[in-house]
Amino acid sequence: MLHVRGLEAWYGESHVLHGVNLEVAEGEVVTLLGRNGAGKSTTIKAIMGVLDSRKGSIRFQGTETIALPPDRIARLGIAWCPEERGIFASLTVKENLLLPPVIAPGGVALDRIYALFPNLKERLSSQGTKLSGGEQQMLAIARIMRTGAKLLLLDEPTEGLAPVIIQQIGRTIRALKEAGLTVLLVEQNFRFAQRLADRHYVMEDGRIVDMIPAAGLEANMDRLHAYLGV
Amino acid sequence: MSELWYELEPFLQQGTLGLVNGAFYAILSLGLAVIFGMLNVVNFAHGAQFMLGAFVAWMLLNWAGIGYWGALVLAPLLVGLLGVVIERTMIARLYKLDHLYGLLLTFGLALIIEGTMRNAFGSSGLPYQVPEAFRIPPVDLGYMLMPAYRFWIVVVSLVVCLGTWYAIEKTKLGSYLRAAVERPQLVQAFGINVPLMMTATYGAGVALAAFAGVLAAPVYSVNPAMGANFIIIVFAVVVIGGMGSILGSIVTGYILGVIEGFTRVFYPEASATVVFVIMAIVLLVRPTGLFGRA
Repeated sequence: MLHVRGLEAWYGESHVLHGVNLEVAEGEVVTLLGRNGAGKSTTIKAIMGVLDSRKGSIRFQGTETIALPPDRIARLGIAWCPEERGIFASLTVKENLLLPPVIAPGGVALDRIYALFPNLKERLSSQGTKLSGGEQQMLAIARIMRTGAKLLLLDEPTEGLAPVIIQQIGRTIRALKEAGLTVLLVEQNFRFAQRLADRHYVMEDGRIVDMIPAAGLEANMDRLHAYLGV
Repeated sequence: MSELWYELEPFLQQGTLGLVNGAFYAILSLGLAVIFGMLNVVNFAHGAQFMLGAFVAWMLLNWAGIGYWGALVLAPLLVGLLGVVIERTMIARLYKLDHLYGLLLTFGLALIIEGTMRNAFGSSGLPYQVPEAFRIPPVDLGYMLMPAYRFWIVVVSLVVCLGTWYAIEKTKLGSYLRAAVERPQLVQAFGINVPLMMTATYGAGVALAAFAGVLAAPVYSVNPAMGANFIIIVFAVVVIGGMGSILGSIVTGYILGVIEGFTRVFYPEASATVVFVIMAIVLLVRPTGLFGRA
């Protein structure tokens, strides 16, 4: 579904990605693991097209997207939940939820979203940023579930959240997978990623240095610990 | 009672007349606030675009026989279209640079537009009659008689300002606009064509200025400097209200018009400078403006 080849990217003058190669098949949940600054978030942003400068090849369902602007990439069926969550202060919870336009049929219905996140339903008319951190994260995920996007890019959805909320987000990602959606997940919380993902890519210094399937995880635990320095 | 009334009446009268100026301040600062919020550009050409609105109304009347009501619709469309061209060909290239470049560019444009109009039409001003429909007896407000056309200016500006506020704060399209003001990149990553929105926003802001220009044509003489006179005060209004606040710019516009009117009663000499005095005080006490967010 997603084929990234020789992806390079820059923040201003600094060269951050040095030829990233990765594949994500339809229906998979794949994680990007790695230490801080390894280029995980940058890879996600480069796929979404929101970096000023990128090179290489990103094909999504056969379409080359390297030269497309972010709105066109989104229309192909890719949705992004940024690390900083990106909840709009000048919009209510409901306006935040309904903001991303529906780009294809097959999105998760509002009723189902309210069932998954009952807290949101109770606070629809609150200002978006008045929600707690966990609720904001749920809102950030919920709003891209409605759009019918086929590939969700989730950037550290559990960062700084309480265990009970992390569990709720885990359940949501599992529900998305069951609904046939594809997820590329950046995660520092390895124990969280471990329970969800089909495969793990490991990044170091702007490159993918290893790929470990979920089945091979136990056997490769030492290798992984060495990469992550935990 | 009657003595107190005698004291108050001139304030009411001048305050009400001040609302007419306030109406222009409100529409113009609203346009500036919308453009600044979305594009991060301080549109120094706003006064020139206001003046173009008045001139286009004059041209439509004298060259095409299209009267006031037609001009009220056509002039904002034509000048707004010019704004779209300016945004696409010039301003759009500056978004990645500092604010200052947008300000310099639009300031240069204002000089070019004003100079061109001065060359073509002279600087003495052209007459534009009060439209037929308003050549009626003044409106009796109880404490004063208000010329019908001035009364119309206040009413229509309120409708336009509140309509714009409603469109931005309460509609779906407005939610895109508010979101894009906060995080343009994320909104674009949701599949919304943000560059197109920016073009449309600039066009709409410019059209608002031109609309105010058509409204102004029958009360101020149509001349190339009319925008420059207004825009300096309008910038002070925007600073007082707080850059980028929609409701703030509207409310501040009317209030300052009224304050100018009051000043005309007790110290007429200061009525032209009172806005700047208030601006200085607001900047000292609340640098983000009365309605501004830090």
